[in-house]
Amino acid sequence: MVEEIGKTVEGDLVINVGPQHPATHGVLHLVITLNGETIKKVEPHLGYIHRSIEKMCESLSYRQFIYTTSRMDYLSAHINNHACALCVEKGLQIEVPERAQVIRVLMDELTRIASHELWWGAMAMDLGAFTPFFHAFRERETINDIMEETCGARLTMNYMVPGGVMADLHPNFQSRVKNFLQLYKRKIHEYDELVTGNIIFQNRMKGVGYLSPEDVISYGVTGPAGRGSGVSCDVRKLYPYEIYSKLQFDEVLETAGDSFARYMVRLREMQQSIRIVEQLIDNIPDGEYQAKTKAVLKLPKGEFYQRVETARGELGVYIVSEGGTTPYRIKFRSPGFSNLSALDHMTRGEKLGDLVASMGTLDLVIPDIDR
Amino acid sequence: MMTNEELKNALTELLPNAVFEEGGEWVNLFVEAADWKASAQKLRSWESGPFNFMFCLTCVDWKTHFTMVYHLRSTTTLDNIVVKVKLDRSNPEIATVSDIWRTAELLEREVYDLFGVQFLEHPDLRRLLLTDDWVGYPLRKDYEDPINMIKL
Amino acid sequence: MFSLESITTLVQDWLNKTFPPNLALFFEFVIIGVLAIALFAGLGLVLVIMERKVAAWIQIRLGPNRVGPKGMFQSLADTVKLIMKEGLTPDGADKFLFNLAPYIVMMVAMLVLAPIGFAKGFHIWDINIGVLYVSAISSVSVIGILMAGWASNNKYSLLGAMRSGAQMVSYELSVGLSVLSIIVLTGSLGLNDIVLSQQDGWWIFKGHIPAIISFVIFIIAVTAETNRAPFDLAEAESELTAGFHTEYSGMKFALFFLAEYINIFIVCAIGATLFLGGWMPFHIGHWEAFNHVMDYIPSFLWFFGKTFFLIFLIMWFRWTFPRLRVDQLLNLEWKYLLPISMFNLILMTLVSIKGWHF
Repeated sequence: MVEEIGKTVEGDLVINVGPQHPATHGVLHLVITLNGETIKKVEPHLGYIHRSIEKMCESLSYRQFIYTTSRMDYLSAHINNHACALCVEKGLQIEVPERAQVIRVLMDELTRIASHELWWGAMAMDLGAFTPFFHAFRERETINDIMEETCGARLTMNYMVPGGVMADLHPNFQSRVKNFLQLYKRKIHEYDELVTGNIIFQNRMKGVGYLSPEDVISYGVTGPAGRGSGVSCDVRKLYPYEIYSKLQFDEVLETAGDSFARYMVRLREMQQSIRIVEQLIDNIPDGEYQAKTKAVLKLPKGEFYQRVETARGELGVYIVSEGGTTPYRIKFRSPGFSNLSALDHMTRGEKLGDLVASMGTLDLVIPDIDR
Repeated sequence: MMTNEELKNALTELLPNAVFEEGGEWVNLFVEAADWKASAQKLRSWESGPFNFMFCLTCVDWKTHFTMVYHLRSTTTLDNIVVKVKLDRSNPEIATVSDIWRTAELLEREVYDLFGVQFLEHPDLRRLLLTDDWVGYPLRKDYEDPINMIKL
Repeated sequence: MFSLESITTLVQDWLNKTFPPNLALFFEFVIIGVLAIALFAGLGLVLVIMERKVAAWIQIRLGPNRVGPKGMFQSLADTVKLIMKEGLTPDGADKFLFNLAPYIVMMVAMLVLAPIGFAKGFHIWDINIGVLYVSAISSVSVIGILMAGWASNNKYSLLGAMRSGAQMVSYELSVGLSVLSIIVLTGSLGLNDIVLSQQDGWWIFKGHIPAIISFVIFIIAVTAETNRAPFDLAEAESELTAGFHTEYSGMKFALFFLAEYINIFIVCAIGATLFLGGWMPFHIGHWEAFNHVMDYIPSFLWFFGKTFFLIFLIMWFRWTFPRLRVDQLLNLEWKYLLPISMFNLILMTLVSIKGWHF
C-alpha cells in the first residue's frame, strides 16, 4: 500500500516538537505527522514570540524604530539595524561618510562570523555532538567582546543610526580585531577536524533535506540555504550596497542542495567574511563617523525598500511613508520566515533525525520569523 | 538588467491592462484584483525574464482601501517590479498565488492573520501568528486593543 | 604482596569459626549485599563526576568546581537534590509499570555484577558459565526500557523505547559474537578461567588480528548496548527531548541514570576481563623477572585501571561524535558489524585450532 505523504490520517503518530524543545532553539512549534520514524508532514505553528514589531514601528519615529529591529534576528542585530538605517537614508538621500560606511561593513561581517559560529555549534549539538558548541563559543566570545567595547552591548548593539554610526570606534578596536583574526586562523582547522571530516556527520548530512534550485526560488529561500542549491542570491553581490562593490570577496556557491552543501556554504562564508575584514581593518579612513542630520527625521511621501544580506539571507525593509515623522507602514521581509516555509517540502519522507539536520542548516532564529 | 523605462515598455505589452505608477525605485504597476491571478501567471512565465522570485508580499491599509503589494524579482535578469492590487476594505478578497510562488503560502497566511484579507482557494488559510480565537486584525489602522497596548 | 584474597579468606574463616555454618552463610550474604550496594553508590558518584570532568576537559572548560575540593562532591550534592525531588507519575501513565521499570533496569545492572572478578580471588560468584550469565542477564534490561517508554504514555518515550529496543536487540548479536571469539581461545565460559588463561599475556596481544577486530567490535557494540552517544538514539536529546525517560523525575530518573553508568562500568569490566586480562598484571610470555615486577602492583589496581581506561574511551566517544540516525544505526549493525564479526569468529576458530596464537 502506498501511503499518501502530506496528509494526516487516522492512526498517524502526531508529535509536537516545540514550543519547548531542545532542537528548535527558541519557541518554534512544529506539528509533525509521523509514520513510524518517517515524516509525513511538518506544520509550523508560529507566533509564540510575536511582538507585532511592524505595528509598534508605526508609532515610533524614524530614529526610534531601528532599535526594535535588533530584537528580530538577534544574531545579526547589526545587519538588521543597517538595513533600516540604509532605508531611511535612501528616503532622505543622506550621504554617509566613508568612515561610517567602512565601520558598518566591518561590523556586519564580524556579526556574520559570530552568527555562523553560533550556528555551527548549535547545529552540531542538534546532531548530538556537544563539544563543538564550546569550541564555537570560544571564538564568538572574542567578537562579542569587540562589540561590547565599541557598541556597549554584546547582542542588541543598536549601533547603526541614520547617517552613520552611533559613536566612533573604540581605540582598541583595530588591535582586538587583529587578535581575533589570528585566533580564528589558528583554530579554524579544528572545525574541520571535529565536525566536517567526521564520517557520522557526513552520513547524517549528505543527501538529507534536498532542495532543488527551482524549490529554492519558488519558496523564496535565501542566504546560505539558497546558495547551497547553487542559486546566486547574495544581495551583497546582486544589489551591492555601501562599499561592497569595491571589496574583493566571492559569493560562495555549492550545487548539491543538501544539508551538507548548506553547511559548507556557511563554513566557507566565514572565510570570505574574514577576507573582507582583513581588507578593511587597516584601511579605515579618517573623517566623520556620522553625517549631519536633522534632529527630527521626516521621510518624503513614498515607498522605500532596502534589502541587505544578513547571516540568514535576504532581509528587506519596506517603508511606506506619508511624509510624517513616523512610518505609515513597515514590513520586514525576514529571511527566516521564507526559509521556514521550505522545511515541510525538504523533510517529507525523511526520518525524524533528518528533520533536526535540515532545520539546523536552515539556521532558523525564531524572533526573526515571528517578529 | 533593464532600465525602468525599458521594463515598463516591455511590461505594457505583457499586461495591457496594468496601470503604472510614477516614482519609486522600481517599476510599480497596478493590477485589478480580478486580473491578478492571470497577470501573476503571465509574469511568472514571461519569456524575457520570468519573475520567479517573490521576495516580499504584504498589505497596506490606506483607511479607504487595502493595497496588496507584491515585490517580484527575476533571478535571470535581476529585474525587480512591484505589483499592487487595490482591494475593497469591507470585503477584501483576492486570488491566492501560493500555487505560483510557493513562498506565498505562509506570507498570505500572515496577511490574512494581520489584515483579514481573504485569499480565495488558498490551501490552508488559518491564523498564523495569533491564536485562533483572536478578535480583529491588528495591522489594520482602526484596530484598538486596550489590553495589549502597542500605540505609544 | 598485598592481596584482597587474604582478607576474604580471613573474614570467611572468622565467620565459620564464630557462627554455625548457616548463620555464617547468611552473614556472608549480608556483607556482600552491603558491599555491592556501597560499590554501586560509590561507582555512580565517581562515574558521574568523571564524566563531567572528562566532558569539561574535552570542551575546554572547567566543569564542576564549587562543591568540595575541585568540585569532587558535586555528584553527592546532585544525589541529595534528586532524592529530595518529588517523583511525579503522569496521570495517563500505567502507574504500576511506570514505577516498576527503573527498578528492573537497576536490578539487571546489579545482577550482572556477580561474576566479575575485581581482583585476584575477589568476586561475588565465580560461576563456570560467567560469560553466558552476563549476556543472558544484560539482555533483560531492554525490557525495563521498553516498559518505561510504553508506560509513560508519551510519544517521545514510546519512540525512544522502540528505538532502544531495536538497537539493543541487534547489537547484542555483535557483543555475543565478539565475546565468543575469546571463548574459542580459552575454551571456558568462566570469567576467572578467562583471566587465568591470560597469565602469559593479554588476549588482545596474543590473539593476533582477530582479537583486535573483535575488541574493536566489542567496544562499538557495547557503546550501543548501553545507549551511549554516538548511539544514544533512545535518548536523542535534540530529537526526542529525553527519549524513554522523558517523564521520569526525582529518584526514579536517578535510578535510570545510575543504571546507565553501572552498565558502562560492567561492560567495560567485561571488556577488560576478556581482552585486557582483567585483574591479571601485564605479563609478557616468559620474562619472569618482568612479570614478577608487574605482580607487585595490586591486582585490583590493574582491574580498575583497565576498566576506567575503557570507560574513558567510551566517554571520549560521547563527547566527540555526532549521533547516528536510526536507519544508519541498524545498517551499521546488520550490514557491517554482524558479517564482520561472524567472519572474524571463523578466523578466530582457525587460529585457535591451528594454535597460531601465542
